[in-house]
Amino acid sequence: MTQLIGIPKESFPGEKRVATVPDVVQKLAKLGFSVAVQAGAGEAASIGDDAYRAAGATIVPDAPTLWSRADIVFKVRAPSREEVNLLREGATLVSFIWPAQNPELLQALAARKATVLAMDSVPRISRAQKLDALSSMANIGGYRAVIEAAHEFGRFFTGQITAAGKVPPAKVFVIGAGVAGLAAIGAASGLGAIVRANDTRAEVGDQIKSLGAEFVPVDYVEEGSGTGGYAKVMSEGFQKAQREVFAKQARDVDIIITTALIPGKPAPKLITAEMVQSMKPGSVIVDMAAEQGGNCELTEPGKVAVKHGVIIIGYTDLPSRLPTQASNLYATNLFRLSEELCKAKDGRFDVNMDDEVIRGTTVVKEGVVTWPPPAPKLSAAPAGAAPPKPAAKAAAPEKKGHGHGGGEPMSAAATAAIFGVAAVLFALIGAYAPMAFLGHFTVFVLACFVGYMVVWNVTPSLHTPLMSVTNAISSIIIIGALVQIAPPAIAAVLPDGARPDEVIRWLAVVGIALTAVNMFGGFAVTRRMLSMFRK
Amino acid sequence: MSGNLTTVAYIAATILFILSLGGLSNPESSRRGNLYGMIGMTIAVLATILGPRVSAGGIAWIAAALVVGGALGLYLARTVQMTQMPELVAFMHSLVGLVAVVVGYASDIDPTAGAGMSPAEIGIHHVEVYLGVLIGAVTLSGSVIAFGKLSGRISGKPLLLPARHWLNLALLLLVIGLGHAFLGAPSIDRGMTPLIAMTVLALLFGVHMVMAIGGADMPVVVSMLNSYSGWAAAATGFMLSNDLLIVTGALVGSSGAILSYIMCRAMNRHFISVIAGGFGGGGAAPAKAAGSAQPAGEVVAVSAQETADLLKDAASVIIVPGYGMAVAQAQHTVYEITKYLREKGKNVRFAIHPVAGRMPGHMNVLLAEAKVPYDIVLEMDEINADFPGTAVAMVIGANDIVNPSAQDDPTSPIAGMPVLEVWKAQTTIVMKRSMASGYAGVDNPLFYKENNRMLFGDAKKMLDDVLTALKS
Repeated sequence: MTQLIGIPKESFPGEKRVATVPDVVQKLAKLGFSVAVQAGAGEAASIGDDAYRAAGATIVPDAPTLWSRADIVFKVRAPSREEVNLLREGATLVSFIWPAQNPELLQALAARKATVLAMDSVPRISRAQKLDALSSMANIGGYRAVIEAAHEFGRFFTGQITAAGKVPPAKVFVIGAGVAGLAAIGAASGLGAIVRANDTRAEVGDQIKSLGAEFVPVDYVEEGSGTGGYAKVMSEGFQKAQREVFAKQARDVDIIITTALIPGKPAPKLITAEMVQSMKPGSVIVDMAAEQGGNCELTEPGKVAVKHGVIIIGYTDLPSRLPTQASNLYATNLFRLSEELCKAKDGRFDVNMDDEVIRGTTVVKEGVVTWPPPAPKLSAAPAGAAPPKPAAKAAAPEKKGHGHGGGEPMSAAATAAIFGVAAVLFALIGAYAPMAFLGHFTVFVLACFVGYMVVWNVTPSLHTPLMSVTNAISSIIIIGALVQIAPPAIAAVLPDGARPDEVIRWLAVVGIALTAVNMFGGFAVTRRMLSMFRK
Repeated sequence: MSGNLTTVAYIAATILFILSLGGLSNPESSRRGNLYGMIGMTIAVLATILGPRVSAGGIAWIAAALVVGGALGLYLARTVQMTQMPELVAFMHSLVGLVAVVVGYASDIDPTAGAGMSPAEIGIHHVEVYLGVLIGAVTLSGSVIAFGKLSGRISGKPLLLPARHWLNLALLLLVIGLGHAFLGAPSIDRGMTPLIAMTVLALLFGVHMVMAIGGADMPVVVSMLNSYSGWAAAATGFMLSNDLLIVTGALVGSSGAILSYIMCRAMNRHFISVIAGGFGGGGAAPAKAAGSAQPAGEVVAVSAQETADLLKDAASVIIVPGYGMAVAQAQHTVYEITKYLREKGKNVRFAIHPVAGRMPGHMNVLLAEAKVPYDIVLEMDEINADFPGTAVAMVIGANDIVNPSAQDDPTSPIAGMPVLEVWKAQTTIVMKRSMASGYAGVDNPLFYKENNRMLFGDAKKMLDDVLTALKS
């Protein structure tokens, strides 16, 4: 018996998102589920009932019918009291829950013997990225924050020189470079503004720069990474240094977008009333942390307030203001979660508590509250990766002893050993070899050194031509065959017929022919290769 | 032409050869370098033919042999595909080895060679003959096997005979013993038996040596054989008392030796351990045990379309080609993609690891063949620092040279090998036929990294698809 996934219309005032879209309905059907959608659920996100119907969903006229029929309910916002009561006993609910903020909601859901998966509790590990709805919503929120700011801001973002005068570019300061902050940086620099950004985690500096913004560091050494890639509460000294930086930026910039959140805590107050006062009239602050109390002291959650001539946007529904996009991404996140829950593709959820991702996401299992989950085994923070590194570094210097270290000079002992061996060899040769040989030997040793000096200069990209040209040059061995083929008659000093002329000649001819292959072939192919190297 | 003139001509040829190698220091001067080499060779050959040691009767023979061999050589040079360069080079090395053997035998049976020499000189002459034939034979059979391995006619897997080091030692002792017998032989005929026996042993030794070396160590082998062919020429020079041969042989020999050294260093391996064969010799077994620490994470596969989208969005791209690109003959498609991306104003560059491919500089030649401008083709040391600022690093058919465990995992068999730090780019795309590990048999944690995407399939076909997707 396959399970029915129900998609109710969101009941929260102003919520425009919907928990699934027609594309995803089809994908869910492939996993074996049937899908029912409440009439008008996607209306606010410009998705009509017909589109759902075409994708294979059944349309249910009202909420009570839908909730009573669905084995699994997909939602965006946490359910209201009435919705909890509508939920069928033993059914499964997937939505945002915020269990830390809503303990009584958790109890109410547990009382319904429900299984609840909270999209805000997905563990922050790499495998779970594709179902991380917080990130996908934060991404949309960051973009929308810039759009809202641009809407309220009385000037262009981009600088222009027009016939009517020069327009300076807007200066945007983004606080917090998480997913939302980075999205805001990207959107603002895309509109042409000068963007600066700050984050307590120094390692995000590169990400900020990669989006074309300037990283404004706080000049105070303290590591700001908490577990799971989130920021942590900073020390008093740091906060003071940070406030100075922000105060300076506030006087200079036109738009401030704040995204600073610390998990499970009210948002830090980063922008004081004085800073707001110091801003130019007409400046805009978008406080993306408004729902958690706001990063700005003067934020009014859910509203646009004008204080000291500065427009402070405290919308708490930024992702919902881009409903179609947000629904799309959220629906995909839910689908990815469904894949994890339904590995057998038999249209049934299997809440496998041994799976780290599912364990973390599940906050109520068959009426038992399972939140908070045990600490994640694996953290994305560098802490986990750090221990092996010193070991690798410690190992490296040992290796160098073998003379493999590249540019480093060899150890004194090795040098001495080489010189010692060379001295003995030379002594032996000097003692026993005849004069004629020594002449050749001198030439040989010097040539080795010349070769050594010359070849080190060869650029690595030409190593193949080097091999083919040296190969061609080594066909100089042809001389060996040439001088054997028909030497002038020293034969006079030898008895007649002592030299097997025929045999030697044929050997030499073969030798010449073979080297000729090498010689002509080697030079020609080198030429062919080199002519291909071009700028 | 008198003997003195010949000597002067030889000096000129020597200088030209040195200039020829020197010219390869950059691509601008390299063409002239090759020209110097050709002129030097012409001078050397003409001076020898016209010199006192060749009489007029031989010229017809020489001309005939030159024409036949030259024609064949030119034909090979015209028709060879750039991906087959390693095979061609190995083949040519085997010719040099063969000629060294032939010349050595001819010199041995030629009684005039020792005419007018003192007994000590004749002794030395015999040592030189013996060494020349020895090195020549090892070069010959080693190159033939290398050729077979490179062209896929022989399996690239190392053939490890039991007690192979003892076997080699025994061969060496036998060769020395035979050498003693050869030197002590009263006549040419009596000396022939040990000489032939030694040649057979040397051939076996060459076969055994290269058979024990695996596919990815081929760059070392090819450059080592290059070096041997030089030493063979030098030994022949000693044998014939010819300074030009000695100088040229030494130049080529030291060039090959340096190349081998560079290749070994690029793999953080000892020359000895590469030559001794297998991977890491006795260290292979514990390495496998350490490899059981499987990298955690998930492999994300992408389609050609998604790859194209990633490339479209990237401001800077670094392409890392490996042997897989050569096998799939994908260099032209790579160039088409590069051209397209560059026209769109993106910064596209290539990162070449010293041992990518099967021959030193193999990738550079392939990219040059595909008309990739050489100033965007960079070496590992030049480009490694640039990965952090790069949007997409695309790895085409390479594995061990981009393995982060070389840096992170001291127990890894490839620990300490310099690698291209592709994982520092924002996104990496690895093109591979399958999840199989690289030559070193080490799992690659890169594939499991969060910012890594895998594009499975034949490099040529997938790149064609990417190109189509880019242009659509």
